[in-house]
Amino acid sequence: MTYAIETNALVKSFSTTRALDGVDLRIRQGSVYGLLGPNGAGKTTTIRILSTLLKPDSGTARVLGHDVVREPKLVREKVSLTGQFASVDEDLTGHENLVLVGRLLGLGWRAARQRASELLDAFDLEEAASRQVSTYSGGMRRRIDIAASLVAIPEILFLDEPTTGLDPRSRTQVWDLVRGIAAEGTTVLLTTQYLEEADRLAERMAVIDHGKVIAEGTSRDLKTSVGSNALHVQLSNTEQRALAYDIIARVVGDDGMLPAAEPTDVIARLENPAQAAAVLTALTSDSIEVAQFSVGSPSLDEVFLALTGHSAETAQENES
Amino acid sequence: MSTTHEVLATRARPKPPSALSSVTTLAWRAMLKIKHVPFQLFDVTVTPIMFTLLFTFIFGGALGGSPRQYVQYLLPGVLVQTIIFITVYTGVGLNSDIHKGLYDRFRSLPMWQPSPLFGALAGDVFRYGAASLVIVIVGLLLGFRPQGGVVGVALAIALVMTFCFALSWLWIIAGMLVRTPESVMTTSFVFLMPLTFASDIFVDLSTMPGWLQAAVGRNPVTYLAKASRGLMHGEPVWAEVGWVLLASAVITAVAAPIAMRLYHKER
Repeated sequence: MTYAIETNALVKSFSTTRALDGVDLRIRQGSVYGLLGPNGAGKTTTIRILSTLLKPDSGTARVLGHDVVREPKLVREKVSLTGQFASVDEDLTGHENLVLVGRLLGLGWRAARQRASELLDAFDLEEAASRQVSTYSGGMRRRIDIAASLVAIPEILFLDEPTTGLDPRSRTQVWDLVRGIAAEGTTVLLTTQYLEEADRLAERMAVIDHGKVIAEGTSRDLKTSVGSNALHVQLSNTEQRALAYDIIARVVGDDGMLPAAEPTDVIARLENPAQAAAVLTALTSDSIEVAQFSVGSPSLDEVFLALTGHSAETAQENES
Repeated sequence: MSTTHEVLATRARPKPPSALSSVTTLAWRAMLKIKHVPFQLFDVTVTPIMFTLLFTFIFGGALGGSPRQYVQYLLPGVLVQTIIFITVYTGVGLNSDIHKGLYDRFRSLPMWQPSPLFGALAGDVFRYGAASLVIVIVGLLLGFRPQGGVVGVALAIALVMTFCFALSWLWIIAGMLVRTPESVMTTSFVFLMPLTFASDIFVDLSTMPGWLQAAVGRNPVTYLAKASRGLMHGEPVWAEVGWVLLASAVITAVAAPIAMRLYHKER
């Protein structure tokens, strides 16, 4: 079958850092796909290669069947990019910005103006239409930016961290927009640092770390790969953590222990739910104070920890 | 959400615009920026007025006998200096577009890729024209009487613009190489101050020491000022005009391809 996006062993270095170290992706048409990873993982670099802004050092990337290096023009005719930084002219009004993009896509003046008004209405920006973008709030800026990518409906929309820095209400608004866009048949590839965002929007996702895809699948696949029965123990007293860790490890085995993000937590993979009872008994007999005890699917945060060995939030490396 | 539904529905994409159409659109954008941020025009109106008044009245008596006599010599040169200073805005504007991410949008659109560069240059025509008009009007009020008439003045302005377009390519290069719009400004002044002051804009070559005459005499700005003076006063010096045109052609031939290459280079 043909994929909307297909990459093979993409490699890209910037002076000393290797941003991409062999990225393979297969993304089906008509879906929302998430690229999940911390800062510096290579998400932006991947998206910039796919939208023809960067050339890979080696490896190939095909977008809608076109090679991004050999046929960049054909790719540009079918995709839109909303980068991490607002890519609109702040001195111009919202309406003027959309007319500008419409004209540069090949619309006539009249069609460009009409399309601009349509989009401003749909994005709840009609009142701000004749104000300069420099006066917009963060959420409005993001919306005008996404609107600019939809002046002509692309076959693929790239969204680079669409909700980073937005308040919860604006974030929900952007999520609704993304769902609306995908429902109309546009393939959306979005990058995010928020596991919750990928979980909510994307049917499939790739977890990317240090320039490599370390896991791929649906949100459920990823959770299952870490173990469907995750035991989550929250302690009342941090000092008892080492002791509790040993007790639990004795029941599930050292291999079953998973790294935890919080100092009060111990997380383990159970071979069967019955082990939970054994753990609880052992903990109580050693008078460990347990604040919370649960068995269930791991959260994506835990998945990330299990896959990378470090938490998604602590990785600090800047992406160029 | 029913309206949203329709707005987001897939539709045929328009045919990519012609090069002319995308350049025109980007020139329109340049004009909108002037409309929304009129402060940009401060430099092209107030500064030339200030320069003309200051130099005419401060140096006029000493250098030309009287301000009225001196302004006949000075005005064509002040026009040259002012427009040369304005050329730097091409690079400044480009630099801020690149760093604000707007260029990512432009570069991912299916238009003729150098359009933004030419659109910016088209916007410059307006700035250069406005500044020229202001200077000529102030000059007329101070008693400047160009013997070459409207045609001579228009030809002089056209020649200055030609040279300044060539110079703009250098700022486009600078705009892509340095990090901030402010550093484009700073770099430019280090270069433009000596270039314009070490010319015959303010005083005649013959008043300078011999070694300086040699250097100043070879400055392209001296040629431009001489040519502009000649055209405005109806005594065209065609050799100087020719040298200016040649210099413009050489600068463009060298700088434009470099600018294009840098523009296509990824960042």
